[in-house]
Amino acid sequence: MIDTLSLPPTAKAIGLIGAVLLEAIVLHVSYGAITSALGPNVKRALGGE
Amino acid sequence: MELLGLSLLLVSFFVGFGLLIGILFGFFGMGGSFLVTPALLVMGYPSRVAVGSGLAFVFGTSVIGALRHRDHGHVDYKLAVIMTVAMTLGIEVGKRVVDALHATGNADFVISVAYVGLLATVGLFTLRDARATGASSTSVDLSERVQALEIPPMVTLRGDVRVSASLIFGIGLVVGVLSGLLGVGGGFLLMPAMMYGLGVPAAIAVGTDILQITISGAFGAFVYARDGFVAIPVVATLLTGSALGARIGAGASNLVDEDDIKGYFATMLLAGSVAVAAKRVGAVYDIAALNTVSIALIFGATVVVSGAIVLAAVCQLRDDSTGFWCRLAAT
Repeated sequence: MIDTLSLPPTAKAIGLIGAVLLEAIVLHVSYGAITSALGPNVKRALGGE
Repeated sequence: MELLGLSLLLVSFFVGFGLLIGILFGFFGMGGSFLVTPALLVMGYPSRVAVGSGLAFVFGTSVIGALRHRDHGHVDYKLAVIMTVAMTLGIEVGKRVVDALHATGNADFVISVAYVGLLATVGLFTLRDARATGASSTSVDLSERVQALEIPPMVTLRGDVRVSASLIFGIGLVVGVLSGLLGVGGGFLLMPAMMYGLGVPAAIAVGTDILQITISGAFGAFVYARDGFVAIPVVATLLTGSALGARIGAGASNLVDEDDIKGYFATMLLAGSVAVAAKRVGAVYDIAALNTVSIALIFGATVVVSGAIVLAAVCQLRDDSTGFWCRLAAT
Protein backbone atom coordinates (compact mmCIF):
# COMPACT_ATOMS: atom_id res chain seq x y z
CA MET A 1 0.00 0.00 0.00
CA ILE A 2 1.22 3.52 -0.88
CA ASP A 3 1.75 5.86 2.07
CA THR A 4 0.01 8.96 0.67
CA LEU A 5 0.92 11.09 3.71
CA SER A 6 4.60 11.07 2.71
CA LEU A 7 3.89 12.18 -0.88
CA PRO A 8 4.65 15.79 -1.89
CA PRO A 9 1.57 18.10 -2.18
CA THR A 10 1.75 18.27 -5.99
CA ALA A 11 1.74 14.45 -6.27
CA LYS A 12 -1.20 14.26 -3.84
CA ALA A 13 -3.11 16.86 -5.88
CA ILE A 14 -2.43 14.96 -9.13
CA GLY A 15 -3.59 11.75 -7.38
CA LEU A 16 -6.81 13.47 -6.29
CA ILE A 17 -7.55 14.79 -9.80
CA GLY A 18 -6.84 11.28 -11.14
CA ALA A 19 -9.19 9.73 -8.54
CA VAL A 20 -12.02 12.16 -9.44
CA LEU A 21 -11.43 11.48 -13.15
CA LEU A 22 -11.48 7.72 -12.54
CA GLU A 23 -14.68 7.92 -10.46
CA ALA A 24 -16.34 10.04 -13.18
CA ILE A 25 -15.41 7.55 -15.92
CA VAL A 26 -16.50 4.52 -13.82
CA LEU A 27 -19.84 6.22 -13.01
CA HIS A 28 -20.33 7.24 -16.67
CA VAL A 29 -19.75 3.68 -17.87
CA SER A 30 -21.73 1.92 -15.12
CA TYR A 31 -24.74 4.29 -15.22
CA GLY A 32 -24.59 3.98 -19.04
CA ALA A 33 -24.90 0.20 -18.75
CA ILE A 34 -27.76 0.51 -16.23
CA THR A 35 -29.54 3.10 -18.44
CA SER A 36 -29.25 0.84 -21.49
CA ALA A 37 -30.61 -2.13 -19.54
CA LEU A 38 -33.44 -0.42 -17.64
CA GLY A 39 -34.06 2.80 -19.62
CA PRO A 40 -36.69 1.52 -22.07
CA ASN A 41 -38.70 -0.13 -19.26
CA VAL A 42 -38.54 3.01 -17.08
CA LYS A 43 -39.63 5.17 -20.09
CA ARG A 44 -42.56 2.81 -20.76
CA ALA A 45 -43.58 2.86 -17.09
CA LEU A 46 -43.38 6.69 -16.90
CA GLY A 47 -45.23 6.99 -20.19
CA GLY A 48 -48.15 5.13 -18.63
CA GLU A 49 -47.98 2.13 -20.97
CA MET B 1 -22.94 4.25 10.94
CA GLU B 2 -20.50 6.16 8.74
CA LEU B 3 -19.40 6.02 5.11
CA LEU B 4 -16.20 7.77 3.95
CA GLY B 5 -16.16 9.52 7.34
CA LEU B 6 -19.63 11.03 6.76
CA SER B 7 -22.87 10.08 8.53
CA LEU B 8 -25.42 8.17 6.42
CA LEU B 9 -27.70 11.22 6.59
CA LEU B 10 -25.00 13.47 5.12
CA VAL B 11 -24.14 10.86 2.46
CA SER B 12 -27.84 10.70 1.45
CA PHE B 13 -28.04 14.51 1.42
CA PHE B 14 -24.96 14.91 -0.80
CA VAL B 15 -26.05 12.13 -3.21
CA GLY B 16 -29.54 13.70 -3.44
CA PHE B 17 -28.23 17.25 -3.88
CA GLY B 18 -25.74 15.95 -6.50
CA LEU B 19 -28.65 14.26 -8.33
CA LEU B 20 -30.59 17.56 -8.56
CA ILE B 21 -27.53 19.53 -9.70
CA GLY B 22 -26.74 16.76 -12.22
CA ILE B 23 -30.25 17.13 -13.72
CA LEU B 24 -29.68 20.89 -14.16
CA PHE B 25 -26.19 20.33 -15.57
CA GLY B 26 -27.36 17.62 -18.01
CA PHE B 27 -30.24 19.79 -19.21
CA PHE B 28 -28.74 23.31 -19.36
CA GLY B 29 -25.01 22.51 -19.48
CA MET B 30 -24.42 24.81 -16.52
CA GLY B 31 -25.42 25.23 -12.90
CA GLY B 32 -22.64 23.50 -10.95
CA SER B 33 -20.31 25.75 -9.03
CA PHE B 34 -22.70 28.60 -8.29
CA LEU B 35 -24.91 26.16 -6.35
CA VAL B 36 -22.37 23.79 -4.72
CA THR B 37 -19.97 26.36 -3.27
CA PRO B 38 -22.67 28.48 -1.53
CA ALA B 39 -24.33 25.27 -0.25
CA LEU B 40 -21.06 24.05 1.33
CA LEU B 41 -20.44 27.50 2.81
CA VAL B 42 -23.92 27.51 4.31
CA MET B 43 -23.25 24.03 5.79
CA GLY B 44 -20.25 25.42 7.65
CA TYR B 45 -17.32 24.23 5.50
CA PRO B 46 -14.39 26.71 5.51
CA SER B 47 -14.49 29.00 2.45
CA ARG B 48 -11.35 27.58 0.79
CA VAL B 49 -12.58 23.98 1.30
CA ALA B 50 -16.00 24.98 -0.15
CA VAL B 51 -14.40 26.55 -3.24
CA GLY B 52 -11.83 23.72 -3.70
CA SER B 53 -14.44 20.95 -3.27
CA GLY B 54 -16.85 22.86 -5.55
CA LEU B 55 -14.21 23.04 -8.29
CA ALA B 56 -13.30 19.33 -7.92
CA PHE B 57 -17.02 18.41 -8.14
CA VAL B 58 -17.52 20.63 -11.21
CA PHE B 59 -14.47 18.95 -12.81
CA GLY B 60 -15.90 15.43 -12.21
CA THR B 61 -19.41 16.34 -13.42
CA SER B 62 -18.14 18.12 -16.52
CA VAL B 63 -15.95 15.11 -17.44
CA ILE B 64 -19.16 13.06 -17.60
CA GLY B 65 -20.93 15.80 -19.59
CA ALA B 66 -17.98 16.23 -21.98
CA LEU B 67 -17.85 12.47 -22.66
CA ARG B 68 -21.54 12.50 -23.63
CA HIS B 69 -21.28 15.62 -25.82
CA ARG B 70 -18.12 14.33 -27.54
CA ASP B 71 -20.03 11.17 -28.47
CA HIS B 72 -22.69 13.38 -30.11
CA GLY B 73 -20.14 15.60 -31.95
CA HIS B 74 -21.21 18.69 -29.98
CA VAL B 75 -17.70 20.04 -29.28
CA ASP B 76 -15.93 22.72 -31.34
CA TYR B 77 -12.24 22.24 -30.49
CA LYS B 78 -11.10 25.51 -32.17
CA LEU B 79 -13.53 27.51 -30.04
CA ALA B 80 -12.59 25.50 -26.92
CA VAL B 81 -8.82 26.10 -27.38
CA ILE B 82 -9.20 29.89 -27.96
CA MET B 83 -11.62 30.22 -25.03
CA THR B 84 -9.40 28.12 -22.70
CA VAL B 85 -6.24 30.16 -23.42
CA ALA B 86 -8.11 33.47 -23.03
CA MET B 87 -9.93 32.36 -19.89
CA THR B 88 -6.75 31.04 -18.24
CA LEU B 89 -5.15 34.46 -18.74
CA GLY B 90 -8.35 36.17 -17.56
CA ILE B 91 -8.58 34.01 -14.41
CA GLU B 92 -5.02 34.98 -13.51
CA VAL B 93 -5.94 38.67 -13.93
CA GLY B 94 -9.14 38.12 -11.88
CA LYS B 95 -7.10 36.54 -9.03
CA ARG B 96 -4.76 39.53 -8.99
CA VAL B 97 -7.77 41.85 -8.78
CA VAL B 98 -9.03 39.81 -5.78
CA ASP B 99 -5.58 40.05 -4.14
CA ALA B 100 -5.55 43.83 -4.67
CA LEU B 101 -9.09 44.14 -3.26
CA HIS B 102 -8.09 42.01 -0.22
CA ALA B 103 -5.22 44.41 0.40
CA THR B 104 -7.67 47.34 0.51
CA GLY B 105 -10.20 45.37 2.61
CA ASN B 106 -12.99 45.70 0.00
CA ALA B 107 -12.87 42.18 -1.50
CA ASP B 108 -16.05 40.74 0.10
CA PHE B 109 -18.17 43.77 -0.75
CA VAL B 110 -17.01 44.11 -4.38
CA ILE B 111 -17.27 40.33 -5.06
CA SER B 112 -20.79 40.17 -3.58
CA VAL B 113 -21.98 43.19 -5.59
CA ALA B 114 -20.43 41.81 -8.81
CA TYR B 115 -22.03 38.37 -8.16
CA VAL B 116 -25.48 39.86 -7.50
CA GLY B 117 -25.24 42.15 -10.53
CA LEU B 118 -24.10 39.44 -12.93
CA LEU B 119 -26.64 36.81 -11.82
CA ALA B 120 -29.42 39.40 -12.00
CA THR B 121 -28.35 40.65 -15.45
CA VAL B 122 -28.04 37.17 -16.99
CA GLY B 123 -31.27 36.11 -15.23
CA LEU B 124 -33.24 39.08 -16.59
CA PHE B 125 -31.77 38.59 -20.07
CA THR B 126 -32.78 34.89 -20.05
CA LEU B 127 -36.24 35.77 -18.68
CA ARG B 128 -36.79 38.32 -21.46
CA ASP B 129 -35.63 35.74 -24.01
CA ALA B 130 -38.01 33.13 -22.55
CA ARG B 131 -40.96 35.54 -22.73
CA ALA B 132 -40.19 36.56 -26.34
CA THR B 133 -42.23 34.59 -28.88
CA GLY B 134 -40.12 32.50 -31.24
CA ALA B 135 -36.47 33.40 -31.87
CA SER B 136 -35.27 36.53 -30.15
CA SER B 137 -34.69 39.09 -32.86
CA THR B 138 -32.38 41.11 -30.57
CA SER B 139 -29.98 38.18 -30.05
CA VAL B 140 -30.03 37.34 -33.77
CA ASP B 141 -29.24 40.99 -34.60
CA LEU B 142 -26.39 41.03 -32.06
CA SER B 143 -24.74 37.81 -33.31
CA GLU B 144 -25.13 38.94 -36.96
CA ARG B 145 -23.46 42.24 -36.13
CA VAL B 146 -20.64 40.42 -34.27
CA GLN B 147 -20.12 38.01 -37.20
CA ALA B 148 -19.98 40.96 -39.61
CA LEU B 149 -16.93 42.40 -37.79
CA GLU B 150 -13.91 41.42 -39.94
CA ILE B 151 -11.15 41.54 -37.31
CA PRO B 152 -8.43 39.07 -38.38
CA PRO B 153 -7.85 36.22 -37.99
CA MET B 154 -11.30 34.89 -38.90
CA VAL B 155 -12.26 31.28 -38.00
CA THR B 156 -15.12 29.06 -39.14
CA LEU B 157 -16.81 27.18 -36.30
CA ARG B 158 -19.16 24.21 -36.34
CA GLY B 159 -22.62 25.15 -37.53
CA ASP B 160 -20.96 27.22 -40.34
CA VAL B 161 -20.43 30.23 -38.08
CA ARG B 162 -17.62 32.54 -39.33
CA VAL B 163 -16.39 34.89 -36.64
CA SER B 164 -13.27 36.80 -35.56
CA ALA B 165 -10.87 34.74 -33.39
CA SER B 166 -9.71 38.00 -31.77
CA LEU B 167 -13.29 38.70 -30.64
CA ILE B 168 -13.63 35.15 -29.22
CA PHE B 169 -10.35 35.73 -27.37
CA GLY B 170 -11.64 39.06 -26.03
CA ILE B 171 -14.89 37.52 -24.79
CA GLY B 172 -12.95 34.63 -23.17
CA LEU B 173 -10.64 37.12 -21.47
CA VAL B 174 -13.53 39.14 -19.98
CA VAL B 175 -15.37 35.97 -18.82
CA GLY B 176 -12.06 34.68 -17.38
CA VAL B 177 -11.53 37.86 -15.35
CA LEU B 178 -15.07 37.62 -13.95
CA SER B 179 -14.58 33.88 -13.31
CA GLY B 180 -11.35 34.49 -11.38
CA LEU B 181 -12.96 37.36 -9.50
CA LEU B 182 -16.07 35.41 -8.46
CA GLY B 183 -14.54 31.90 -8.14
CA VAL B 184 -17.07 30.25 -10.47
CA GLY B 185 -16.67 27.99 -13.52
CA GLY B 186 -18.07 30.66 -15.81
CA GLY B 187 -20.67 28.49 -17.57
CA PHE B 188 -23.54 30.86 -16.88
CA LEU B 189 -21.55 33.64 -18.55
CA LEU B 190 -19.95 31.67 -21.41
CA MET B 191 -23.18 30.06 -22.61
CA PRO B 192 -25.07 33.32 -23.31
CA ALA B 193 -21.87 34.88 -24.73
CA MET B 194 -21.43 32.03 -27.23
CA MET B 195 -25.12 31.67 -28.14
CA TYR B 196 -26.30 35.28 -28.20
CA GLY B 197 -22.98 37.05 -28.87
CA LEU B 198 -21.28 34.75 -31.39
CA GLY B 199 -24.35 32.96 -32.80
CA VAL B 200 -22.99 29.45 -32.06
CA PRO B 201 -25.78 26.79 -32.18
CA ALA B 202 -27.05 25.88 -28.67
CA ALA B 203 -25.87 22.23 -28.74
CA ILE B 204 -22.31 23.21 -29.83
CA ALA B 205 -22.25 26.01 -27.22
CA VAL B 206 -23.22 23.56 -24.44
CA GLY B 207 -20.69 20.88 -25.53
CA THR B 208 -17.81 23.36 -25.95
CA ASP B 209 -18.68 25.10 -22.70
CA ILE B 210 -18.59 21.80 -20.79
CA LEU B 211 -15.18 20.85 -22.26
CA GLN B 212 -13.84 24.28 -21.29
CA ILE B 213 -15.24 23.91 -17.74
CA THR B 214 -13.57 20.47 -17.49
CA ILE B 215 -10.16 21.99 -18.20
CA SER B 216 -10.55 25.05 -15.96
CA GLY B 217 -12.20 22.92 -13.22
CA ALA B 218 -9.24 20.48 -13.26
CA PHE B 219 -6.76 23.34 -13.01
CA GLY B 220 -8.68 25.05 -10.21
CA ALA B 221 -9.17 21.80 -8.26
CA PHE B 222 -5.46 20.99 -8.63
CA VAL B 223 -4.44 24.39 -7.19
CA TYR B 224 -6.73 23.94 -4.14
CA ALA B 225 -5.90 20.21 -3.71
CA ARG B 226 -2.17 21.06 -3.52
CA ASP B 227 -2.93 23.00 -0.34
CA GLY B 228 -5.22 20.25 0.99
CA PHE B 229 -8.47 22.24 0.50
CA VAL B 230 -10.60 19.52 -1.18
CA ALA B 231 -12.99 17.38 0.92
CA ILE B 232 -12.76 14.08 -1.01
CA PRO B 233 -15.79 12.34 0.66
CA VAL B 234 -18.02 15.35 -0.20
CA VAL B 235 -16.86 15.36 -3.84
CA ALA B 236 -17.21 11.56 -4.18
CA THR B 237 -20.79 11.46 -2.81
CA LEU B 238 -21.96 14.54 -4.78
CA LEU B 239 -20.52 12.99 -7.94
CA THR B 240 -22.34 9.68 -7.35
CA GLY B 241 -25.65 11.55 -7.51
CA SER B 242 -24.75 14.04 -10.25
CA ALA B 243 -23.54 11.33 -12.69
CA LEU B 244 -27.04 9.80 -12.62
CA GLY B 245 -28.73 13.23 -12.63
CA ALA B 246 -26.71 14.31 -15.70
CA ARG B 247 -28.11 11.30 -17.60
CA ILE B 248 -31.66 12.15 -16.54
CA GLY B 249 -31.14 15.83 -17.50
CA ALA B 250 -29.62 14.94 -20.89
CA GLY B 251 -32.48 12.47 -21.55
CA ALA B 252 -35.02 15.17 -20.62
CA SER B 253 -33.36 17.66 -23.00
CA ASN B 254 -34.19 15.27 -25.87
CA LEU B 255 -37.88 15.38 -24.86
CA VAL B 256 -38.50 18.91 -23.60
CA ASP B 257 -38.13 22.16 -25.55
CA GLU B 258 -35.56 24.24 -23.66
CA ASP B 259 -37.69 27.37 -24.23
CA ASP B 260 -40.42 25.80 -22.05
CA ILE B 261 -38.02 25.67 -19.08
CA LYS B 262 -35.99 28.85 -19.72
CA GLY B 263 -38.27 30.87 -17.44
CA TYR B 264 -37.45 28.52 -14.54
CA PHE B 265 -33.74 28.82 -15.23
CA ALA B 266 -33.98 32.61 -15.28
CA THR B 267 -35.87 32.44 -11.97
CA MET B 268 -33.09 30.26 -10.51
CA LEU B 269 -30.44 32.81 -11.51
CA LEU B 270 -32.52 35.64 -10.03
CA ALA B 271 -33.08 33.60 -6.84
CA GLY B 272 -29.29 33.08 -6.64
CA SER B 273 -28.81 36.83 -7.02
CA VAL B 274 -31.30 37.61 -4.23
CA ALA B 275 -29.77 34.84 -2.04
CA VAL B 276 -26.27 36.33 -2.25
CA ALA B 277 -27.63 39.84 -1.64
CA ALA B 278 -29.67 38.63 1.37
CA LYS B 279 -26.64 36.86 2.84
CA ARG B 280 -24.48 39.96 2.41
CA VAL B 281 -27.05 42.32 3.95
CA GLY B 282 -27.65 39.80 6.77
CA ALA B 283 -23.91 39.68 7.52
CA VAL B 284 -23.51 43.48 7.48
CA TYR B 285 -26.54 44.21 9.68
CA ASP B 286 -26.27 40.96 11.72
CA ILE B 287 -29.75 39.67 10.73
CA ALA B 288 -29.74 35.85 11.06
CA ALA B 289 -33.13 35.51 9.30
CA LEU B 290 -31.65 36.78 6.03
CA ASN B 291 -29.10 33.95 6.10
CA THR B 292 -32.01 31.49 6.39
CA VAL B 293 -33.72 33.20 3.42
CA SER B 294 -30.50 32.79 1.45
CA ILE B 295 -30.31 29.03 2.22
CA ALA B 296 -34.00 28.51 1.38
CA LEU B 297 -33.60 30.32 -1.95
CA ILE B 298 -30.55 28.28 -3.04
CA PHE B 299 -31.97 24.85 -2.12
CA GLY B 300 -35.56 25.78 -3.05
CA ALA B 301 -34.60 26.98 -6.54
CA THR B 302 -32.53 23.81 -7.15
CA VAL B 303 -35.43 21.53 -6.13
CA VAL B 304 -38.09 23.50 -8.07
CA VAL B 305 -36.18 23.82 -11.36
CA SER B 306 -34.86 20.23 -11.47
CA GLY B 307 -38.37 19.03 -10.50
CA ALA B 308 -39.90 21.10 -13.32
CA ILE B 309 -37.49 19.51 -15.84
CA VAL B 310 -38.36 15.95 -14.75
CA LEU B 311 -42.09 16.77 -14.67
CA ALA B 312 -42.00 18.33 -18.16
CA ALA B 313 -40.17 15.23 -19.49
CA VAL B 314 -42.72 12.84 -17.93
CA CYS B 315 -45.57 14.95 -19.40
CA GLN B 316 -43.96 14.67 -22.84
CA LEU B 317 -43.65 10.89 -22.42
CA ARG B 318 -47.34 10.72 -21.44
CA ASP B 319 -48.24 13.18 -24.23
CA ASP B 320 -50.11 15.15 -21.57
CA SER B 321 -50.33 18.93 -21.91
CA THR B 322 -53.65 19.53 -20.17
CA GLY B 323 -53.17 18.03 -16.68
CA PHE B 324 -52.63 20.46 -13.77
CA TRP B 325 -49.00 19.47 -13.12
CA CYS B 326 -48.12 19.41 -16.82
CA ARG B 327 -49.58 22.90 -17.38
CA LEU B 328 -47.64 24.05 -14.31
CA ALA B 329 -44.34 22.60 -15.63
CA ALA B 330 -44.77 24.41 -18.96
CA THR B 331 -45.50 27.77 -17.32
